[in-house]
Amino acid sequence: MMLWVPAFSQTIAITGATLAIGDGSEPVRNGTVVIAAGKVVAAGPGVAVPAGAKTIDASGKWVTPGLVSGFSRVGLVEVPGVTETNDSSASKSPFSAAIDIEPAINPLANPVAISRTAGVTRAVVVPAASGNIFAGQGAIVDLGADMNPITKARAFQFVEMGEDGASKAGGSRPAAYLLFKAMLREAQDYARAPASYDGRSKDALLMRADAQALGPVVNGQMPLMVHVESGRDILSVLALKKDFPALRLILAGATEGWMVAAQIAAAKVPVIAGGLDDLPSSFEKLAATQSNVGRMVKAGVPVSMGLMDRDEGLQLRLATQQAGNMVALNKVPGATGLSWGQALRTITSAPAEAMGLGDRIGSLKAGKAGDVVIWDGDPLEMESAPVAVWIDGVQQPLDNRQTKLRDRYATPVPGALPKAYEW
Amino acid sequence: MKGRSIALAIALVACASGTMAAKKNEDAPRSNPSAEPENPYPSTYQPYPGVATAIRGATIFDGEGGRIDNGIVFLSGGKIVSVGGPDTPIPADIAIFDGTGKFVTPGVIDIHSHLGDYPSPSVAALSDGNEATAPVTAHVWAEHSIWPQDAGFGRALANGGVTSLQILPGSANLFGGRGVTLKNVPARTMQGMKFPGAPSSLKMACGENPKRVYGARNREPATRMGNMAVNRQTWIKAREYQKKRAAAQPQTRDLGLETLADVLEGKILVHNHCYRADEMANVIDMGKGFGYKVTAFHHAVESYKIADLLKENGICSAMWGDWYGFKMEAYDGIKENLPLVHNAGACAIVHSDDENGIQRLNQEAAKAIGAGRRMGINILDEIAWTWLAINPARAMGIAEQTGSLKVGKMADVVLWNGNPFSTYTRPEKVWIDGALLYDANDPRRRPVSDFELGQIGAGDVK
Repeated sequence: MMLWVPAFSQTIAITGATLAIGDGSEPVRNGTVVIAAGKVVAAGPGVAVPAGAKTIDASGKWVTPGLVSGFSRVGLVEVPGVTETNDSSASKSPFSAAIDIEPAINPLANPVAISRTAGVTRAVVVPAASGNIFAGQGAIVDLGADMNPITKARAFQFVEMGEDGASKAGGSRPAAYLLFKAMLREAQDYARAPASYDGRSKDALLMRADAQALGPVVNGQMPLMVHVESGRDILSVLALKKDFPALRLILAGATEGWMVAAQIAAAKVPVIAGGLDDLPSSFEKLAATQSNVGRMVKAGVPVSMGLMDRDEGLQLRLATQQAGNMVALNKVPGATGLSWGQALRTITSAPAEAMGLGDRIGSLKAGKAGDVVIWDGDPLEMESAPVAVWIDGVQQPLDNRQTKLRDRYATPVPGALPKAYEW
Repeated sequence: MKGRSIALAIALVACASGTMAAKKNEDAPRSNPSAEPENPYPSTYQPYPGVATAIRGATIFDGEGGRIDNGIVFLSGGKIVSVGGPDTPIPADIAIFDGTGKFVTPGVIDIHSHLGDYPSPSVAALSDGNEATAPVTAHVWAEHSIWPQDAGFGRALANGGVTSLQILPGSANLFGGRGVTLKNVPARTMQGMKFPGAPSSLKMACGENPKRVYGARNREPATRMGNMAVNRQTWIKAREYQKKRAAAQPQTRDLGLETLADVLEGKILVHNHCYRADEMANVIDMGKGFGYKVTAFHHAVESYKIADLLKENGICSAMWGDWYGFKMEAYDGIKENLPLVHNAGACAIVHSDDENGIQRLNQEAAKAIGAGRRMGINILDEIAWTWLAINPARAMGIAEQTGSLKVGKMADVVLWNGNPFSTYTRPEKVWIDGALLYDANDPRRRPVSDFELGQIGAGDVK
């Protein structure tokens, strides 16, 4: 595979497009975006093209910020079913919270290129828990065709509560909450006196490294992303702040979030939800509905969308389908959907803000990273696709294994030489 | 089963020639304690009452590739009475819906579902989709696992416009068992959903699942060559069984071999889970060797590599819009699979194999349409709708009853509130056999399964 050589970052003006900023506002016609030195300089309907800029006429097309996946495992996994290629969890590791996914992120993994081709430029990458309720420290990455994928390493800690947490804690929710509190108290013990921390005896719940890693979680320096689904569990997690007031919670999943949306909003906790889950697929999701996101947004909860159940390593491109279906709900009596601009926000600026990176990525506001996508049509329609993608102002390649397979087999019959010679 | 009645007819012919053996044989089914009626779990499905209804002014995709702008669809007595342009005559005193700006299609048909067998909630107590206890379980019938109270049926109706679906056993086994076709109506029993007259199917599986499941238990098959060997040995047994049965020779009744004998006699359709092009080619030749034909390869992510071979052999491919890479045999999945297969003149079908995907098969098709157009394969919307309607109906053996908006067929119809290939569109009304079973504007026309009744969230729009 030939490595992509990025074009030199220059001042670029994209003109004439239907332009969506990604901040929740509705798209405008005939907008212009200017990118320089890797950042957005300006975006809007009346923006002038700077002298000397390379101008790209995007008339008839759409322009958005690059999509930000609110929950993914991109770059951690090549083929989920092939364990050698799957670094998302470590069931036999003695460690838990200390696990740091940064060195495992592979920017050359094929799902990275496939997601980039679909307009995804950044992703929240979440480790998966296996032997313990704590999974480790996740990262925010970019999907650029280069060897430097990390936007922010050790960006958050991930913990399983609810049914998954109960199972990992020994079989019940009470055991999970007890384990959570006991572990955080051990982390506090470690923080007070690292040298005397007992991390090796049978009584210790945390290895020394894990206790150290949870320190920033207890004191609020590092956000804690909690996977939880039911309304009851959401309230129990919010209540953890009574014992640990500094916790910076982010809820992931929250299928029944709409039932306790007022409490989530009052707690000012961001939520990353699945969007299209509407089946009582478990007893903690009995009230699942596609209106979950819309109802939470209406209640004032900052909501992002991500992939919660599967495909999170491969199908980041489903973000546009999730968002488009949120818009479709507006035409269904009794359902609560999102406006187009709000829907785009859930897959751009909202996840960036949830992760504390709202000042750097996620929208086409001046000063943000030059993550820009030109689409051949409405990006929330399934027939549309990107025609150009920039990350940090660098134009990206839009080919991948799948486009090459497509081209090779456009006609299945071999020519004068076998198909293996068509590349 | 029809197979048994033909065997009996042959026995009667033999009887006419005067042999005592044949006479005994004639009486055998009645005296044999293992005997069953010919159709032991018959459909009890009855169409729900509908009223004569017309939809006027909508764009119609007829499911066979036809399109009528500003059309009229007229349903009465559970059947499609007429389909045509704005001048199509309709009675004055019937329910008429304004379809201006909307679209009408035949109901979506999912050829690959596990609803009821892997229901929601997906707890172990309800997991009944895979009889993963032996690589050959041709004797099990998926219909005996179906829990009609799976909320997934209602979601497939309300969000997906799905009116018929085939429930297959899972893919742990080489021979997974029989599949069954259902009308997507809420019912107290599986039989209340069973599509009248639909043929049975046989689920087979290639590749990684059987070899993983049984290899992990240190038993055959542990490899792809093991898969093929066990398949072939099983077909040899089935051939012998079928020959004896056809000749009315006495033998102990065997449920699995009975199913396979029916396949060999063309009465049961083979639906073969198979991802890779090279494996599909092996299976095609295995079928030729033993005298059966695969009706459709399912999950056929590499069909685009052998679209010519599939066309030549008249085999359908049931495919996802964009699934790829979740296991090694899915690694070469591409979004252009459907359009490439279609463009080569082979039969293309969109399938779900998923309780969420079944709610948006129209959007899966849209992904493929867009990908095809970008590579220069411009498939019209009304043509692409065949992937969701007549093609699966044919592959399930129900095309004479449903799968398109043709006069005399079951009135299985969806009124969409916009172009059904748009993400922004949802079903507005769904009729099954002319009965209005979903209406987005009527909270009472929304199924709430027994499982959901009285639970939080029951009756929500979903």
